[in-house]
Amino acid sequence: MSAERVLVAMSGGVDSSVAAALLRDQGHDVTGVTLKLWGGESDSGCCSVSDVEDARRVAAQLGIPHYVFNLADDFTRHVVDPYVEAFTNGSTPNPCVECNRAIKFGRLLERAQALGFDRLATGHHARVQRDGDAYRLCRGVDSAKDQSYVLYMLGQPTLARTWFPVGELTKAEVRARAAALGLRTADKPESMDVCFIQRGQRTAFIGARANTASGAVVDTAGAVVGHHDGIDRFTVGQRRGLGVATGERRYVVDIDAARATVTIGSRTDLLRPFVELRELSFVDARPSGAPLLAQVRAHGEPFEANLDGTRVIFAARQPRVAPGQVVALYDGESLVAGGIAI
Amino acid sequence: MYLDHAASTPMRPEAVDAMEPFLAMEFGNPSGGHRAAQAAKNALEEAREEVAELLGAMPAEIVFTAGGTEADNLAVKGAARAARSSGAGDGVVTARFEHKGVLASVDRLELDGFPVTRIDADADGIVALEQLAASLDARTAVVSLMLVNNEVGTIQPLDRAVELVRERSPRAVVHTDAVQAVPWLDVATATARADLVAISAHKFGGPKGIGALVVRGATPLEPLVEGGGQERGLRSGTSNVAGAVAMAAALRATVASRAVDASRIARLRDRLADGLLAAVPDAFENGDRRRKVAGNAHLGFRGVEAEALLVLLDVEGLFAAAGSSCSSGASEPSHVLEAMGVPRADALSSVRFSLGFASTDADVDAALQLVPRAVAQLRSAGVAA
Repeated sequence: MSAERVLVAMSGGVDSSVAAALLRDQGHDVTGVTLKLWGGESDSGCCSVSDVEDARRVAAQLGIPHYVFNLADDFTRHVVDPYVEAFTNGSTPNPCVECNRAIKFGRLLERAQALGFDRLATGHHARVQRDGDAYRLCRGVDSAKDQSYVLYMLGQPTLARTWFPVGELTKAEVRARAAALGLRTADKPESMDVCFIQRGQRTAFIGARANTASGAVVDTAGAVVGHHDGIDRFTVGQRRGLGVATGERRYVVDIDAARATVTIGSRTDLLRPFVELRELSFVDARPSGAPLLAQVRAHGEPFEANLDGTRVIFAARQPRVAPGQVVALYDGESLVAGGIAI
Repeated sequence: MYLDHAASTPMRPEAVDAMEPFLAMEFGNPSGGHRAAQAAKNALEEAREEVAELLGAMPAEIVFTAGGTEADNLAVKGAARAARSSGAGDGVVTARFEHKGVLASVDRLELDGFPVTRIDADADGIVALEQLAASLDARTAVVSLMLVNNEVGTIQPLDRAVELVRERSPRAVVHTDAVQAVPWLDVATATARADLVAISAHKFGGPKGIGALVVRGATPLEPLVEGGGQERGLRSGTSNVAGAVAMAAALRATVASRAVDASRIARLRDRLADGLLAAVPDAFENGDRRRKVAGNAHLGFRGVEAEALLVLLDVEGLFAAAGSSCSSGASEPSHVLEAMGVPRADALSSVRFSLGFASTDADVDAALQLVPRAVAQLRSAGVAA
């Protein structure tokens, strides 16, 4: 493989640190970049300075240039505002997906090309494999850490310019590699939450940015069984925190934003034979009619399904996919299509 | 090619030489009584006398601080709090395009209940005096207006502003952030009119971490940092002797060559700005050049993201800046250009090239080659700002 000019998105975490190190060691001309996405003057006064600092220090240790790009305007427009709006519409958004779509593999990739880079690399646990003239998007080697699900929107032109160097390693191998290189991020804990909201503060965050009407909690027959303080606090499929005392397990089966009504029911009421998708995209060509594996949560267990138009038909009935969540379709280890549940 | 002198300058050799003995040999604490302490104390006071003389002040009017931001904080918060304590008013007036050292201090005062007025600038980069006049009343306690804007380099009408304040708010204290003025203007003219004047050594060939606030006469100030009572009780803490000595040396060298440097650099700057405006289609200039200090060229290139342009220039070894810097190293959209009414897209396409005593014809030649090429590369990639 000949040396290429690669821009590595470095979050300040261990995965992207090792991604940069691996590419450097393969002889590529590597430059690191950290994105400032959130935290204006109204918040902490600046970006997440310690993460940027970690990325910068790792880059210095690796002897590669490092820059910070301020994409906060785009992040607010394409990720944060739609996130808030989705909750007020009764759906359950995945902001990491929109960040990948609009920011990392949108604005950043565009800028990388403008700056003359051949490739963009990130620390995602996924693999891009060449298959003849086509590129396949495969699960990362470490199935527990696989992130292909949040990358479902990547198509051929993007995959042709993208590398995921740590997708070939397990998380333990990544950390070992970082430790061997003496990188300061080797033992850094993983970020698990939505990056722009402090842990446990989602309701307050949304409440500060949108009107979230209170309303009734009803059963599947339409009888009022309780009240709630805002539909944004509920997700289809949710079981805990319904604020309704009943004899048996109850789940949120529907959220009607227009009437600010949350419907609860039994697990059977939640089961559906299919899910309809928007933003449907294909990694390459539309898959043939053969059975696929559907994954409907970041680390959810895949189950058998077929794609028919924009509809994913489940082999066996499944709990309803919360509107706004990603449905990714796999052929074995390869992600072939995906979309957002309606 | 270093074209970011408004961010920081290289140290002048005179300043390096002056501070060296106080890093190694003369390490005494100037607050002590023995001979080692006395040597340090004498050097500190000599530096104070020299800085005072060069700024047109009395030695007792110089308060050494850790830099321009601290001097701004001491001036704005210190004067406002002292005024409120003594019943001399509590109104605070400043401009939207001030340095963050002033703006954040004013924000803090507002949280503490001080009434605040922030005035705009015009498209040329000059503070709106009619808004200033309308903001002043008998309750006004502090007016803070910079002498030279740090982003667009425009020289502000401080004389006229001070006249307005004296006329309408006779009790008000006037502070001017002169941090960007020292290499270009005789700051003594500001000292003659304002009550408080802030400077920072690393903007004129001195080291980082040292600055001063000129506190004229008996201007009442509440200290921010309290302790051993150094700096007449206005800034406690062991004095930065090496820094003060180096700042004095840098200021001496700056004042000695200021007229010659300014006219030489103005020619370089004009060659750079005119050259780029001629060579790059759809380029524009921010701020009225006739009212700028000699080192500032603030130029925009429509359809180009300044952040991307700076990366291409950095790769080629040309260092410039955009917006105001942030502790992360990201650039924030410029609050200065926003205050001037520059559209956001234009602001995000704008770059500050700031020249200084170390700038040469070769720097300008290189920039005239590199910038048009980089702009063309980004435009052909079609990444719109």
